[in-house]
This record gives sequence, structure tokens and C-alpha cells, in this order.
Amino acid sequence: MTATAERLFEGADWDFQKLQRIHDACEEIARSELGLDVYPNQIEVITAEQMLDAYSSVGMPLFYKHWSFGKHFAHHEAFYRKGLMGLAYEIVINSSPCISYLMEENTATMQTLVIAHAAFGHNHFFKNNYLFKQWTDAEGILDYLDFAKSYVAHCEERHGRLAVEQTLDAAHALMSHGIDRYPGKKKLDLRAEEKRAGDRRLHEETAFNDLWRTVPVGPVKSEALLSTERRRKLLGLPQENLLYFLEKTAPRMQSWQRELLRIVRHIAQYFYPQSQTKVMNEGTATYVHYRIMTRLHQQGRISDGNFLEFLQSHTNVVFQPDFDDPRFSGFNPYALGFAMMQDIERIVTNPDQEDRDWFPDIAGTGDVMAVLRDIWANYRDESFISQFLSPRLMRRLRMFHLHDDPEERAGVRVDAIHDERGYRRVRRELARQYDVGYIDPNIEVVDVDLAGDRRLMLRHAVVKGAQLNEADARRVLQHLANLWSYDVSLVEVDAADKVLREHVVSPRAIAAAA
Amino acid sequence: MHIIDRRLNPGSKSLENRQRFLRRAKALVQGAVKKSSQDRDIRDVLEGGEVSIPVDGLNEPRFRREGGTRDMVLPGNKKFIEGDVLPRSGEGSGRSSEPGEGDGEDAFRFVLSRDEFVDLFLDDLELPDLAKRKLAEAENQGLHRAGYATSGSPANISVSRTVRLAMARRVALRRPRPEAIAELEAEIAECDEARRAELLAQLEAMKAKVRRIPFIDPIDIRYRRFETIPKPVAQAVMFCLMDVSGSMTEHMKDLAKRFYMLLYVFLKRRYRHVEIVFIRHTDRAEEVDEDTFFHGPASGGTLVSSALQAMHDIVRSRFRPADWNIYAAQASDGDNSHSDAAVASRLLTEMILPVSQFFAYLEVGETGGSTFDMPDSSLWTLYQRLRADGAPLSMRKVSNRSEIFPVFQDLFHRRSKQEKAAP
Repeated sequence: MTATAERLFEGADWDFQKLQRIHDACEEIARSELGLDVYPNQIEVITAEQMLDAYSSVGMPLFYKHWSFGKHFAHHEAFYRKGLMGLAYEIVINSSPCISYLMEENTATMQTLVIAHAAFGHNHFFKNNYLFKQWTDAEGILDYLDFAKSYVAHCEERHGRLAVEQTLDAAHALMSHGIDRYPGKKKLDLRAEEKRAGDRRLHEETAFNDLWRTVPVGPVKSEALLSTERRRKLLGLPQENLLYFLEKTAPRMQSWQRELLRIVRHIAQYFYPQSQTKVMNEGTATYVHYRIMTRLHQQGRISDGNFLEFLQSHTNVVFQPDFDDPRFSGFNPYALGFAMMQDIERIVTNPDQEDRDWFPDIAGTGDVMAVLRDIWANYRDESFISQFLSPRLMRRLRMFHLHDDPEERAGVRVDAIHDERGYRRVRRELARQYDVGYIDPNIEVVDVDLAGDRRLMLRHAVVKGAQLNEADARRVLQHLANLWSYDVSLVEVDAADKVLREHVVSPRAIAAAA
Repeated sequence: MHIIDRRLNPGSKSLENRQRFLRRAKALVQGAVKKSSQDRDIRDVLEGGEVSIPVDGLNEPRFRREGGTRDMVLPGNKKFIEGDVLPRSGEGSGRSSEPGEGDGEDAFRFVLSRDEFVDLFLDDLELPDLAKRKLAEAENQGLHRAGYATSGSPANISVSRTVRLAMARRVALRRPRPEAIAELEAEIAECDEARRAELLAQLEAMKAKVRRIPFIDPIDIRYRRFETIPKPVAQAVMFCLMDVSGSMTEHMKDLAKRFYMLLYVFLKRRYRHVEIVFIRHTDRAEEVDEDTFFHGPASGGTLVSSALQAMHDIVRSRFRPADWNIYAAQASDGDNSHSDAAVASRLLTEMILPVSQFFAYLEVGETGGSTFDMPDSSLWTLYQRLRADGAPLSMRKVSNRSEIFPVFQDLFHRRSKQEKAAP
């Protein structure tokens, strides 16, 4: 590590040898100094158009065909052409090998930044964070997507494009409610999933299902046997994974429709950790690229000019506008994440008395990377913020908490600010903003009227008086009813179990259900 | 670590998704295309461009929550202290609304390519009653490539295919390459006596092999094969008859030209075998080329029969009614000299309508005038009478730019069989 090491590149141009050298230099620092543990890297250079392609299929390299992706593509393209939107410098995929897409027009400095950011920062996070370990199967995802793509194409051939499209539309509408929020018994193994798909289709057609049995056998069961409790237990209710429930119990769906729901559900589950770790994920990657770039500069492998170029884009990325700034659109996950990582570094290496009071476990322990690696592995945004947001950072960002109650005529109340009385409340509220339990409406299947008209009953537990948007809720329920083939009702109840509103939707004929 | 250059991969991975999206949004996009074509020049219209469609009907609904009490943590406090109550003005509520999804997004803009635009623009239009099909004469038959054959005329030898096969055969039979022989000869020239004999024998064997295995054998030769496929061709001719007399105001001429421009684009794009004849007339008619038709100035009195006579002459000299589907579209303000009515009527009923598949008449009116107020002109009355007698005539009135496309579409809308029977 001499200060006169050879420069990795000069100027802005790069070629593939230089990329290789950059990667190797980053890897050396990432492994030896930061102690990162990453999947093997695969770096792919793509054009702007290919980047747009990737945007429209949620960043994945291959995906089944559906009109909604075309819609997003058209939308992004129109914005990009007009110059309203820049493109990301990179996209990184949680897979093994970890694929990072780099844009061809990046300068050599930007490629270095992006490799450090994505190929090491995000990559380490994907491999080590408990949520990703629990919910995603990095080895299998690309094969599974390939399977999904060909399966959808195959269904279109056999059952017609319209029927497949209707099923996928419905599944997409319910996608955010196709997630298991609590860890199951086993880890998701997408490869095995793919192999089992065929067997399952055959099996399910012959399998027992309480709903399918229409011919009474033997003496009619007594009322007691069909009690609510027993019925709910048979159906596994209450169930908040709506797609799972439909896949397993919807009475009139074809087996291929069930498989499609399963595919959409698996993909939703794959993205579930990403939505819960935006701040941490970006914070980790930004912190890692900052450390690596600084080190490369110290070693003399990046020139001063290129380092300034890096600093300029780095500061753009971590810029946090104030709430009254016209550019403000919520907390910038890069800014918040990076600020917290740096703050933790300060607490670990150079704490003051306040830090010792607030963070006795980590203050002054000295080994920054050990602390950070532990945090990266074991927290998600909500728990990360509620434990590691320090008073000093709240003061620096001048955070305050607003409470907006529509009943309150006078206006919005400032509930807490960055002072001694407010630190804990501000921190708790901010953490709650990142809690999926609060972000997504809590909707679950509570019952099916098996004795009567087979109506599916859903329940939305209203939190803080926020009810569902009426028009959208009806559209989603329409999709749900089309899959279920019988009426669907959704009641919105508040904490005191008072029914605030009820939506009832009847199915419309869907091409394949018959 | 792998580095992969994906830039050379085929692009447009999203093309199919895009087509699906367009198919789904077809009705909406068509509406938008037509709307955007009204306030643009026809030539620009065909360049494609940006359209915006209402996002409704294409939305992807999700359960969304709204209302209720909200808590938010924001950065950048300057002067607030705990307990302050901020009035709920635009600023206060505006900044906290969720961006992106939802009600705020009322229109969806995107760019259509030229082809997509024109396809949607002209979708579902066709020439009615394209009945006369004939086997085209020999010179119209195209030759189609049909692979390779082992026999044929020397002019059709496929050199690349032949050489390729020859090379494959030479490689397979291990024919010595000239370089190998030259190398051996060079070695012979240098080496000593004992070895020379051995090498000479080797050389002789090589040369014998070269003689045995020809460079190109007749079995290597391939000929390009062509097939002639006679195809029935529906030949059609469209006569565009435009009144450019003094009574036509600039506005009327603009309407008529727009109509013909649409017709022109439609025919050029949809039919490969359509001839278009442009005739403009005042009190006398002349056949002009496309450019003069659309852009040349002219003025004078009005004699509709002159145009009909010109059309009739051209049909007689160039387009045998037995072979050709004959169409005509006439645009006029409807003024015609009284004395001409009888002549025009006779020409139409006796000469033109019997040989025509379809005759469209477009009457253009003054700006602002509602189409319903236009009094029936002399030409209109005449055509109405003919129509009542069962002639294949369609007639429409137009007085506004925005009506051009609907009327055009109405005239050339794809009809089902029954409709055709009873026009």
C-alpha cells in the first residue's frame, strides 16, 4: 500500500482491462480492509436502451411478458427522451453470481464508483442480511425467472393470451398481498420449486379440497362439525397472503392459473426484503463505495481530478433537501443511510458522553467494520433506525415530527422536535415510517361462507383512520372476485371492531373460468 | 469475476411488451391519435409522435389507503418548537401528499413510432368491394427465391455456395494445400541426398492426390433456384376529382386537400396495386400530378361534367373496367352551372357509375357553418337522386377540419358482408 501505487486509469475512458483492474483493486480493499463477504461478481455493460428495458421489468434481466411492463417502458422512455429523467448508473441483482449492470456512458471514475457501490456494497448486503437470507434464494432466482417466462409463454399458447393476461392482471393487483410476512418452516428453494411445479399440477387436480366436494357422501354432517372454528382451521384462516389462499382454495380456478398465481407470489416474496431495507441497503452501498474510493485515492490509484469527480457525484447522491425545499420528496434513503453509517463510525471510534449514554454497546469499541457488519446482517430499516439513529444526527438533520389529524381544525401539530424531550419520539415515528406493518394495509381473509353462497370474506383492520381508496379497492376486489368466482366482501373495521365500510363485489366472467 | 459486454445483445427486449400494451390500449390510443392528428399537418401526422392517453382503464389497481390521521418525520426544522400548530394551507398539505401513483396521474404520455402511429391511424379502413381479381400477366409475376438446386442455368450458379461445398469436400478428402507442396519443395531443395529420395516420393504422392481430387468438382456446383408464382392481383384505380373553381374558398380547398391527403396516404400504405389519378377541374378538367394537385393554384368557373368526362376518357384509354376496380372520390362545394346538371347526370349514370365499384362525394362547406345547416346544393340534390336509384354512391358533408377524419373513416370503414349488400 504505497502512496505511489500505479494509477488504475487516467482520464475518463475505460476499457475491459481497466474494468478488470478496477474490480480487482476494489476487491482487495473490500475483502482485506472492510472484511466484506460477497457473492462472485458478474459485471455487464449495457446501453441506455437496455437500461430502460431493465427498468420496465423491475430490474430483472429476464421476465415474463405482460402489457404492464410495456406501459412502464413507454412511460420511462417518454420521460427519458424529454430529459425529465436521468437513468441510474447501475442496476444490481440479488443473485449468485451477483449481476451488476453498468451503463456504457459512465466515465472510468463512475465505473469505479459503481463497482464499489453495487458489486461490493449491495452484494455484501444481499449475501449477509438476514431478511435476504430468509426470503430469497439468490442461487435460484435466475433459473426460476427463466422457468416463469417459459411457463407463461406456454400457458399463452395453450389457453390463449387473453385468459393468461386476465389472470396475471388479477395476480398483479394482489401482488402486495401475496407475501408471507412470517418465516415459514423452510427456506425458499426456487430450483426445487421449479422441478415440483409439474408434479404439483397433476397432484392438485386429484387432491382433496373441502370446497370442491359438492356431492354429499353419507349422512349430512351436523352443524356442530361444520362450526366456524373447524372450517376456519381447515382453510387455514385467517390468512393474510391472499394469493396463497386463492392458489390453494379458489374453487374454480384451473391448475395453470394456480401456477401463475404462485409465480407472481414468489416474485413478490423475492422483492419483499428489498422494500424493507431501502435505507440500509443504500446506506451500506454508499458507505462502502465512499470507503473504497477514499482508500483508492489515498493509495494514489485514483488521481485528484478523478477523485473530485467522484466527490461531486457522491454529494449529489447523498443530498437531502429540507422539507420546505421544492425538491423535497421524503427522506433520501442514500442520504439517511449514509449519514447513519458515518454516524455509527463516529460513535464507535470517537464517542462523546451522549453517545456513551445512548449506545453503551457500541460506543468506543473501536472496530468499526465489525460493528457495521453485524448491523448490516441483523437489522432492517425499521429496527435499524429505531436503534441507531443518534440524537446528534437528529440535530444535524433538524428532524421534527408532525401529527396531522383531520379532526383537528386548527391545523397540523408539531408533536416533537430534535430536543431532549423529543429524540425518542422522533426516532420512534421515523422508524414506524419504514415499518411494512404500517405501510401496507392490513387485509386478511377471515372466512368463507361454505354453507351459503361461498362468499369470500375479507377484513381490513383500519389503522389511524386510513381507509382504502374506494375506486381502487373495488377494482382490486373485482380481480379477486374473478379469481374466486363467487362474491367477495371486504369490511373495514377500526380498532374497536366497528364496521366502517363494506365493499361487496360479484365476479365477472373471466375467459378461463368455466 | 466475469465482465460481459451486453451492448451488442439485440435491443428492444421490451418490444413485445410494448405491443401488448398498445393492443390493450388500442381504443384509447386511437382516440388520442385522431385527436392529435386534427391540429397537425397531415405530413407531420405521418411522422408519428407523442400522444397522451388517459391513464384510466390502463391502471393497475392496488389497495391504497387514504385519509386518517398521519404522522410524519421531516428534516430541516428551522423555527418550530414542540406544540406549535401550523395552519393547513396549500404548502402544509401539498408536501405531504404521496407522489407518483394515484389520482394525480391523469394522463399518460408516450411516443409512438411512425409505423405504430399510422397503423393505428388507418386501422380498420379498406376499399369497399374490391371484387375484380385477375391473374396478373406474366410481367407482373415475381420470381421468388426457392433454395438451391443441383441443376440449372450457368447464369444462376451460386458461387459462394459452390465454393463452400468444394472446400468442405477438399477438407474432408485431405487434399494437400498448395502451401504444403511449396514447403516440401523448399525442403527438398535444401536437404541432403538420402533424405531427398524419401521426400521426392512424398511430393509425388501429394501431387498425385492433388490431381485425383479436383479443386471444384461438378458435384459441388449449386444453382440458385427461382420459382415463379402467379398471384391473383386486385388492381384498383382511384380517381381523385377536385373542384378548384373560384367559388371554392381557401378553407374549402383546404378541407378537400386534407381529405385527399388522407386518401392518398391510406391507399399508398395499404394497397400495393393501386393507381391514383388526380383530376382537378374548373370549367375544364385536367389530369395533374400529385404535387400540382395538392399545391398548384388554379381558378375559374365550374363545370362538373368536365371532370367526369376526363375520368371517363382516362378509364376508356387506360383502365379496362373488366380488369380494374375503379373508385372515385369527388370533392366540391356543390355549385354547378344549371345547364351542366343534365350532362353530368348522364355521364355519371351511363358511363361512370356502371364501371365503378364505389363513388364517394364530399361536399365541403364554409367555416363555422354547421354541417346540418348547409343547404342542399345542386350537385348534392343530383347525387341524392342518383343514389335513390341505387347507384353505389356515398356522400358526406364537411365544413370543419375536425370532421374530415371521422367522415373519411366513415366512408372507408371496413364493412361486413351484410352492410355491403345494403349500402
